[in-house]
Amino acid sequence: MMSLKRLLTLIYTRNKEFVRDRSSLSWNIIMPILIVVGFAYTFSGDFITKYNVGIIEQDISPSSLNSFLTTRYVDFIKVDNIDNAITKVQRHQLGLLVDTHNLRYWINSDSADGYFLEKILLSSTKVKLEKQTVSGKEIRYVDWVIPGILSMNIMFSALFGVGYVIVRYRKNGMLKRLKATPVTALEYLSAQVISRLILIMIITIFIFYSTNFFIGYAMHGSHLSLFFIFALGAISMISLGLLVAARITSEETAGGLLNLLSWPMMFLSGVWFSLEGTNPVVQQLAEAFPLTHVTTAARMIMIDGAQLVDVSYHITILVLQSIIFLFAGAFMFRWE
Amino acid sequence: MSFNLEAGRCLGLLGPNGAGKTTTIEILEGIKDADSGTILYKGHPVGKRFQTEAGIMFQSTALQDFISVHETLIMFSKLYTKNADLDELIRQCNLQDYLDQDNRKLSGGQRQRLLLAIALVNDPEIIFLDEPTTGLDPQARRNFWDLIETIKTAGKTVILTTHYMDEAYTLCDEIAIMDHGKIIAHDSPENLLAAHFNDVIVQLPKTDIPDTNDFPFVLTEHNDKVEITTSDVNLTITKLIDLNISLASLNIRSRNLDDLFLELTGKELRA
Repeated sequence: MMSLKRLLTLIYTRNKEFVRDRSSLSWNIIMPILIVVGFAYTFSGDFITKYNVGIIEQDISPSSLNSFLTTRYVDFIKVDNIDNAITKVQRHQLGLLVDTHNLRYWINSDSADGYFLEKILLSSTKVKLEKQTVSGKEIRYVDWVIPGILSMNIMFSALFGVGYVIVRYRKNGMLKRLKATPVTALEYLSAQVISRLILIMIITIFIFYSTNFFIGYAMHGSHLSLFFIFALGAISMISLGLLVAARITSEETAGGLLNLLSWPMMFLSGVWFSLEGTNPVVQQLAEAFPLTHVTTAARMIMIDGAQLVDVSYHITILVLQSIIFLFAGAFMFRWE
Repeated sequence: MSFNLEAGRCLGLLGPNGAGKTTTIEILEGIKDADSGTILYKGHPVGKRFQTEAGIMFQSTALQDFISVHETLIMFSKLYTKNADLDELIRQCNLQDYLDQDNRKLSGGQRQRLLLAIALVNDPEIIFLDEPTTGLDPQARRNFWDLIETIKTAGKTVILTTHYMDEAYTLCDEIAIMDHGKIIAHDSPENLLAAHFNDVIVQLPKTDIPDTNDFPFVLTEHNDKVEITTSDVNLTITKLIDLNISLASLNIRSRNLDDLFLELTGKELRA
């Protein structure tokens, strides 16, 4: 049976160790702030990739638009959901949205990209196209990327802060010493999850508000919903860290495995660029990553003002992943 | 292997490296699972209760970094329901001057005393000490022996492994010599010595022995000395005098646990 006294003792001691480790603490706080500030100033304007055109394709596109669709240096992205695509035009994420079947297009009257793309579209075809004008404030790259950076920081802190530490404790005999006490594996693992969750949330909230104070990025949703998603994502990725560290006794192996997990997640979870228009295999792979769901849900809350019910799909995936990782990790866990 | 240990006694497990001492002690502690067999404690198979009544000091244990001696003791004491008096334990293990010291900054002796205090934090009835004085200087070792004597005086049962024969002789009521996973001798140190030896060793400098083939004793060379093993010291000394050999540097010693160890395992300690 789980003892609350033992659980709290382990959490308290682990947190104390972390807070007193000044170099580790500084690294966990300063590094993400530097990344956020760096990106805010480096990409203080629009998205990196310019001239995105959304294409609504139904059956076969009329040949009358072929000339436009082969324009160089323009990314043509196939869209399935018209409402989402129109929202992206409103936010300047798409310069133009073209319905090739019904011969109509959407443009944001405030978008410079839209202005140029419209000129190219109209000059490349003789057919008459119906114009739909929308308006909306531009979403800067920093607004778009910040949920991903915060999620990515959570991922590194969760995976390395738990996985690596457990392997180190196993290697130096600390876990064996705890095994000789009445502490159970479930108590120990729960303490690791809770302890790291507390630290991650304190650091994430601090980074969020401190960088937002200076940069001022888009936050249209509820702060509580956002932090709930971050907490759920943290639990999921801490559990993944526990699973990785369940049996390994070498720090080198643990480091290699954690890098093998974190690097693809960092690049293929839509943190830095949208996965729309990428290879379907990559998109399917990204679905398996907890980071994808944290980033997407956080982005929906911050940029779209989504509520928890709107991101319920991502919440479900994160809950399921947390349960699977945690139970598999507890089942495979070895003290030595 | 099979052996019994009465409550309040101190058993020493001796044996060369790889003999199975640590494996045996860790199976007894419940850290490792036995392939087969039964371990009984107070007449019942060891279970969860045993964990709360046992204190364990491993051969090598890391402690949490950035945590002080006092905080470490408090942490471990909170993991148990039954606790020893912490102030008394600190005094007993002579930790009072290092209470605020970070675990990383402890010397070898201080660290071993802290590990012993952790093993005693739940006021155990049985204590396992796996090579508790390895790596300590002679002064720290003697200091540690005094601590173990205090524990014994309190009526605790102690099981310890050691490479040091003098340590086993000083602390243990009984010793079990192990090799290749088996106990090859088990009794009190005095009984074991009496059962295996009825002779003493006479030592002389190598330079005092004449270089002749008809010397009446079998000699064993040991560094710059030679050793004569004899069951009749008077007769041996009389013969040495007859041979005009100087007895100025003569040394007579009884057989000790080192001799017994080598006799039984046939090899030097692989420390």
